[in-house]
Amino acid sequence: MSEEFNDNKTIHAQSSETISGGGSSAAPDIDYVRPAEVEEQDLYHGHSFITKWVFCQDAKVIGVQYFLLATFTGIVGLILSWLMRLQLGFPGAAGFMTAEHYYQFVTMHGMIMVVYFLTALFLGGFGNYLIPLMVGARDMVFPYLNMVSFWMFFIAVGVLMASFFVPGGPTGAGWTLYPPQTILEGTPGSGAGILLMCLSLILFVAGFTMGGLNYLITILQARTRGMTLMRMPLTVWGIFTATVLAMLAFPALLVGALMMSLDKVLGTSFFMPTILKAGEVLEYGGGSPILFQHLFWFFGHPEVYIVALPAFGIVSDLISVHSRKNIFGYRMMVWAIVGIGALSFFVWAHHMYVSGMNPWFGFFFATTTLIIAVPTAMKVYNWILTLWRGNIRMNTVMLWCLGFIVTFVNGGITGIFLGNVSVDVPLSDTYFVIAHFHMVMGIAPLMVIMGAVYHWFPLVSGRFLDEKLGKWHFWTTFLGAYSIYFPMHYLGFIGVPRRYFEMYDSPYMTSAVGMNEFISLAAFLVGAAQFILIYNIIKTLKTGKRAGSNPWKACSLEWLTPSVPPEHGNWGDRLPVVHRWCYDYSVPGAKEDFITQTTPPSEVQNTGVEKT
Amino acid sequence: MHPGIIFFLVILGSVLFHIFTPWYWTDVASNWGGMDDTITLTFWIGGGVFIAVCLFMVYCVFKFSYKEERRAEYKPEDKRLEKILTWATTIGVVALLAPGLVIWNNYVNVPKNAIEVDVMAWQWGWQYRLPGKDGKLGTTQIVNINDDNPFGINSDDPYGKDDVMIQSDVLNLQNDKPVKILLRSVDVLHNWYVPQFRAKMDAVPGIVTYYWFEPNKVGEYEVLCVEYCGVGHYAMRGGVIVQDEKDYKNWLGQQETYSDLIAKQENKEINKKQLAKKTD
Repeated sequence: MSEEFNDNKTIHAQSSETISGGGSSAAPDIDYVRPAEVEEQDLYHGHSFITKWVFCQDAKVIGVQYFLLATFTGIVGLILSWLMRLQLGFPGAAGFMTAEHYYQFVTMHGMIMVVYFLTALFLGGFGNYLIPLMVGARDMVFPYLNMVSFWMFFIAVGVLMASFFVPGGPTGAGWTLYPPQTILEGTPGSGAGILLMCLSLILFVAGFTMGGLNYLITILQARTRGMTLMRMPLTVWGIFTATVLAMLAFPALLVGALMMSLDKVLGTSFFMPTILKAGEVLEYGGGSPILFQHLFWFFGHPEVYIVALPAFGIVSDLISVHSRKNIFGYRMMVWAIVGIGALSFFVWAHHMYVSGMNPWFGFFFATTTLIIAVPTAMKVYNWILTLWRGNIRMNTVMLWCLGFIVTFVNGGITGIFLGNVSVDVPLSDTYFVIAHFHMVMGIAPLMVIMGAVYHWFPLVSGRFLDEKLGKWHFWTTFLGAYSIYFPMHYLGFIGVPRRYFEMYDSPYMTSAVGMNEFISLAAFLVGAAQFILIYNIIKTLKTGKRAGSNPWKACSLEWLTPSVPPEHGNWGDRLPVVHRWCYDYSVPGAKEDFITQTTPPSEVQNTGVEKT
Repeated sequence: MHPGIIFFLVILGSVLFHIFTPWYWTDVASNWGGMDDTITLTFWIGGGVFIAVCLFMVYCVFKFSYKEERRAEYKPEDKRLEKILTWATTIGVVALLAPGLVIWNNYVNVPKNAIEVDVMAWQWGWQYRLPGKDGKLGTTQIVNINDDNPFGINSDDPYGKDDVMIQSDVLNLQNDKPVKILLRSVDVLHNWYVPQFRAKMDAVPGIVTYYWFEPNKVGEYEVLCVEYCGVGHYAMRGGVIVQDEKDYKNWLGQQETYSDLIAKQENKEINKKQLAKKTD
């Protein structure tokens, strides 16, 4: 670092303190914030339509691009779920529905929703939009790489969607893609379909690694002055930890997909033992189908938390802002996120209790799995303790948060059933599992996504989404989704297996016909209700109420940009300087019920604010 | 209507649904009633937590709804409360885990007197093999499987000769007698599951997996394949008939052994040869 540069920064730092200090009479040292250590980043400013909106290097635009593309795949996934529920509730109602189609829809629905919808939306969408704004950076540290990341995702989605149109159609092996059947003749899409799926996953992982490195390095290196790690919003903590998990977990999926492609194309036998098919012994031998399951779930379980941790973080912030109260036990919340993230690498085989792996593993994985319930429960307690003695705005955002708490606790408790190895034995592979994971990693994160959309839409567009439509959207979705998945647990108790094209005539399954019809009708309704949001967004963009600056009276940095919506570069001439955490709500003695992160101590000297 | 009321009704509805549901366990018909008990225990503890958390939430949204003139409490942390909650949760978790692990210990340790049953799965069907008088199953190999040797028994294995072969998807079992199910598959993953017995395990090509149970109710049961195995998965059914000792022995006596099958085939060969000679 040159001498000259050093001097520059010092001057810069002093002048910004004087300005943010508002000329108060306080001694300058209480407002002191260490000067910046690195030079500000040069940004590429696009001028043409293409460089501004298509191949764009602004993280905010990339975030919106991720959001829109993930939403598109999510709608495809939603339509597939409608088709599945049509078959389950009203068998034969759709004439074209064969078992092959049904299983293809099941597979694509699962993979799309978990990877291409939820993961891309939380990390690619919210991560890109919020990280630079929340930590006070001008952009991601590698904007070009960030752009490439999105376009890799775009190609991955294209390849995935292309598999609907190749001969044999998409793979129908179940979203877990368990070999040997995934690549054996007779399984739908065992030719081009599965190869495109593997290729698409490989592209997704590659693209995601580019984005992920950006998130991590931006959070570690590009935080603004005063933004210590323990002052970051929990949203950033959640996305940060989830990205670390993704960096470590996705390689397992990548090698799994690669090895499976080799088994298919070159005839290797990584996952393929000796197989007798249609009276002939195939040219495979010696491979282990369970090896794939280990690789898949070594990715697959952290994947659950890759979706859940950003949701945990975001919902913490939403609850705090709209309860006008700091998040209860911030440090505990941070360590819980980190702890859950670390533990999530030691629980993967709880998906495999009855897979035929050595049954003695069951003791270990049941114990680790139930240990993870402790930090998770702490998070739940802290959310509801944040409501306690708060000043709760009952707006749409808060409703989604409350909906999240109910569905997440419900799904978390059923997770304790399934994690507790011997209880899992009768329940695994039944509808109990379907109900559990949809509640906990489908509906609960979806509640957070929706809450986040209603919360940050005024920032992104400058306008409020319509509250009345929002409430209709919430109640239909929440009540509908709850009545899909709550009763579904009981199908699992009866013993109804998952992945059944038809229930047939088993006595205990015929008793479930009525319930299946009801669940299907609820599913149609909930799916349709999502179009309320799309209508709401279009309507709001045209005629919505203008939000202005910091409409929720929040403390965190993303609301404190000089212009709303924030422009490229986020902060105008000068980066913000942070003096406190982002949860100083309802501080006794303060003029208003929030103190922004950029407010220097000298301005709030006579209040009861605690040093953070 | 205050949103808290709707949330309250959702909680109340969940409890009522659980109490009055017509959809619940089939009656257990094996020794694994302990699994049901652990589930009931988990319902009490877990359900209690669910209700407590949700009711607390509902109380908060009623009591602390937004008022312009009120300020929320400012209290960033409460170490003592957090400690109490952590320990209470830990105790609850241990209380659930302990019985679960005890039952799992039973599950993986098969009683010595259990009868071994070879359950062979393929797309899409089952067949079964019982040990003969020597009480031991012969070893098998997939490459041996053909019309004359449907189970692929190694012909040089003396234990295999008297094995009882049941080329049907219905298996008879003796009541109150433990069985060790040995699962194998010739193609893809399968799983042999009778909901009333509670127990299950995947059949994995390339290896032999196992589990055990002791049927304790005479009757007929349906077997389901519960590991996705391709387009015929949902139709891959079988049956189990649990009989008391007399009926079971009677049934067993009528079954064909491997040596019976070999003898039958040799007879066929001889007949063929004789026929060929006659026509010459």
